[in-house]
Formats: sequence, structure tokens, C-alpha cells
Amino acid sequence: MNAQWQNDVYRRGDIANVSATQFVLDTWNQEKPVLPTAHQVFGELWNATVLVAPNKPRSLVFHAWVTFSATALGFLMGSVLGIGLAVLIVHNEAINRSLMPWIVASQTIPILALAPLIVVIGFNIFTGTFGIPTDPARLMSKAIISAYLSFFPVAVGMVKGLRSPEAIQLDLMHTYNASPSQTFWKLRWPAAMPFLFASLKVGVAASLVGAIVGELPTGAVAGLGARLLAGSYYSQTVQIWAALFAASILAALLVIAVGVVERLVNRSMGARPA
Amino acid sequence: MTSVVSAEHLGLTFKTNDGDVIALSDVNLTINKGEFVSFIGPSGCGKTTFLRTIADLERPTSGTLTINGQTPDQARKSRAYGYVFQAPALYPWRTIEKNIALPLEIMGYSQTQQAERIKRTMDLVNLSGFEKKYPWQLSGGMQQRASIARALAFDADLLLMDEPFGALDEIVRDHLNSELLKLWDATKKTICFVTHSIPEAVYLSTKIVVMSPRPGRVTDVIESNLPKERPLDIRETPEFLAIAARVRDGLRAGHSYEETV
Repeated sequence: MNAQWQNDVYRRGDIANVSATQFVLDTWNQEKPVLPTAHQVFGELWNATVLVAPNKPRSLVFHAWVTFSATALGFLMGSVLGIGLAVLIVHNEAINRSLMPWIVASQTIPILALAPLIVVIGFNIFTGTFGIPTDPARLMSKAIISAYLSFFPVAVGMVKGLRSPEAIQLDLMHTYNASPSQTFWKLRWPAAMPFLFASLKVGVAASLVGAIVGELPTGAVAGLGARLLAGSYYSQTVQIWAALFAASILAALLVIAVGVVERLVNRSMGARPA
Repeated sequence: MTSVVSAEHLGLTFKTNDGDVIALSDVNLTINKGEFVSFIGPSGCGKTTFLRTIADLERPTSGTLTINGQTPDQARKSRAYGYVFQAPALYPWRTIEKNIALPLEIMGYSQTQQAERIKRTMDLVNLSGFEKKYPWQLSGGMQQRASIARALAFDADLLLMDEPFGALDEIVRDHLNSELLKLWDATKKTICFVTHSIPEAVYLSTKIVVMSPRPGRVTDVIESNLPKERPLDIRETPEFLAIAARVRDGLRAGHSYEETV
């Protein structure tokens, strides 16, 4: 993919008789390659993380932190919303029937179309109506998109989880004349834990996508999404790839973090070691 | 003798898409305090349904049923019975002692009362030493013993057991049967026990209720004259075999041995 540009360079510089090895090496070391090589991407990753102070706008750590904070906030809101909806759905048949189609429908709307609306409207409402400073307002707007994407897997997973107790376990609670809240806390909630963590892992990854999407089309100046966009404006493919890798590393770290919490919860619940 | 469970013309019909299924039809039965009553019959004869009706897990559609003179609903709310299911139904995230504590927590016993009752019932079912184990660390027989301890923990006078040893092998089952008899003797509880094993029913019971299907009904009620002290080899005595033969006759009279089409 980089060959055409390299040939143009040779032609302009009147360089002929380039050996095949030299040609390949040159395509691997272009300043603005179409497809950067691994060493360029990791070099950029290294430069932008370790060699730059984390509070500088050139630092990927800085951008990752901006994206992470929106992701974390959105994930938190989405999880709480998802669990709350699941509890309502499991306990009320009317809510189940009326709300479930809307929840599914909400996920069929392309988030890319919705994101600018949410960011712009949200940002204006937060700064205008509530008088919140611009930075937290920007954060909140992105977090809403995160939450919008992450509440769905959590809600669906938790509905399944809260309904997972077997009939005899529910009958048992009935014979004890247990109240609905006792049945919930002593049976449904602990029984739903494996389902919760499976859906939280999906949810946290969706949150990150939401936060990045929230940064892409809105002229954000900070965050991995903004970094991706800036890279594509200035044909900085190395920067795009570095930001992409940073995003996937962040996603992996988030999923691992959820996994660690899961393992701690499992241990306290006496799960059979796998 | 006071009656604990009393059923008069009890009927229960399940409505299904394929038409009505008569699970119980005109059941008349009195169970007195301190009795050990077995319900025996082929599947579909309504023995489990009858037990579930006593436990207020199913509603009768005709007739009357009283437990300690109360309706099943009142009896359940006053926690008149402990129920042991076919499967142990222990909560996997709770240790054995926490599983036994479950009904006590729900019924609002204090911590010290809970500890005292857990110890007492675990001794009763010979599970001492396994308090901190999780259910998956125990064998099937031990799990079912834990579930019996759980049903005993809150001192209900009536114990309802739905094929509690059905999933266990015969050696463990024999052992648990003789333990159950000792436990019954020690606690003086009234026990309703559903089974489809004739030797198990005869070995355990003071009264055997023979049931048959389509519609689910009682075909015979046999009072056992076996002594209270029952070693396992009582099952080879003529008295034992005579009662077993009568149970078999009762099942045959209810067409339980006929091929179903």
C-alpha cells in the first residue's frame, strides 16, 4: 500500500536502481505511510506514553484518561440503569411487556447518528440550564452515550439472571412465607451474579465505544476519539493506529478489571474453583 | 389424637391446553399428630400434588383441606411445616450452616438463636463438622441431609418430604431411611413422605396411602402394625412382606400396573 508513494519519492528524487531490500525498508519507514508498520505504531505508542508527561495534550495517557473517565461514568450510569430496569421487568409483568420492546428498539438506532445530538443538546442543557462548567458538561454528555450503549447488555443479562433461580428454589422461599424483598436479596440477586458479570464485560466494552463515538463527531479536543479524528484530518496514520491500539489496550484493561472484581465476588460466594 | 392434616372431598384440576387434567379427585384423608404417612403410587397419581397442596404451593379446586385447623394459606404463613424437595435445592453461594440459617434469617431469629438451632439440627442429621463447607463439596446424600436440617431448623411440627431420597443410590438411601426413623422418633414430628418405592414406604411408615392415576385418587390406606423399633433387616420378616403385598394389591386395584396407552 505504501509502494505508490515510495515510487513517487524515487521519481522526484531521480533515484534509480533501488534494490528490493532497500525498497521494502523505505516503505517501512515513511513519515506518513498509508499503512504503518508495527514498529512505527509501537514507537509512537512508546513516544506518546512514556516519553511525554501525562498531562500534556501529546500524551496518549492524557487522552486515554479523558476517554476512561467518560467511559467509567457512563458504564456506572448504564449498569445502574440496566440493573434497575431488569429489577422492574422481573417484578412487574406490565412493565415487562411495555418496556422491553422500547429497550430493544433503543438499540436499533445507529448511535453514530444519535451521538452528535446527545453531545450538542446535552452539552447545551448542562451548561445553559444547569450552569455546569464546560469540562464536566462535556464529560456528562459523553457518559450519556456510554450509558446508552452499556445499559442494554446489562439489562438483558440481569433479566435472565434474576429469572435464573429454579422453581423449587422459589417454592422454598414461598414455603417460608418470604417477602418479595427477601426473595430478591437472598435468592434472585445472588443467583444473578454470574449473569451480571458476563453482561458487565460486554457493557464495559460498549461503554468505551460509546465514549469514543461521543468524541468523534463533535469537535472534542481531548480523548482517544479526538485523537483518532485529528489523526485522520492530518493524515497521521501512525497517530490513528497508536490511538486505536491505546483504545484496545484500555478496553482490555477494563474487561480485566471487571474480571478481577468477578473473581473476588466468586471467591466470597464460595464458587467452585474452575 | 389430634389431626394435623384433614382433607375432605379434596379435588384439584389443572387446566391445560389439551383439556383438564384431574390431578386429585375426592381425596378423604386424616393425618394424626406424630404419624409417619407415606404416599405411594406411580407417577401421575397426584401424590406430589397432594403434598404441594398441603404446602399451599397448589390450590385445590374443590373440597376442603385444613392443617392444624387452619387453611393451607394460614398454615404456610404461620410456618406450620418444613418442606424437603426432591432435589436438595441448597443455595450454592451459601455454606451449609448458612443454608440452614436461611429460613431462620427470613423468620427473624436472633444470631444466638440461629447459631443454637444450626448446631442442634446439624447434630440431628449427623452433619457436624461440615458447617463451613459449600454444597458442591458434599455428596448427594449429605446435601439432602442438609436440606432436611434446613426444614427442621425452625421447629415446624409437620415435615413434608417429596421423594427426598429418590435421586440417591440404594445403599445411601437405606442408611438415610434408618436415620430418618431415628430422627422422627427423637423429634416426635408428623411426617408426610412421598415415595415410589414399596420397601421404603413399608419400612418407614405407620400409615401408607396408596394412590393411583387418571384421575389421581386414594385407593387404599394401610395402617402398619410393625413395631416402632425397626432394624433394616425387618424387611425380611413375614409381617413386612404382608404389608408390602397389600400395598402391591392396592396399586393393582388402581390399575397402576396396566400398560398405559
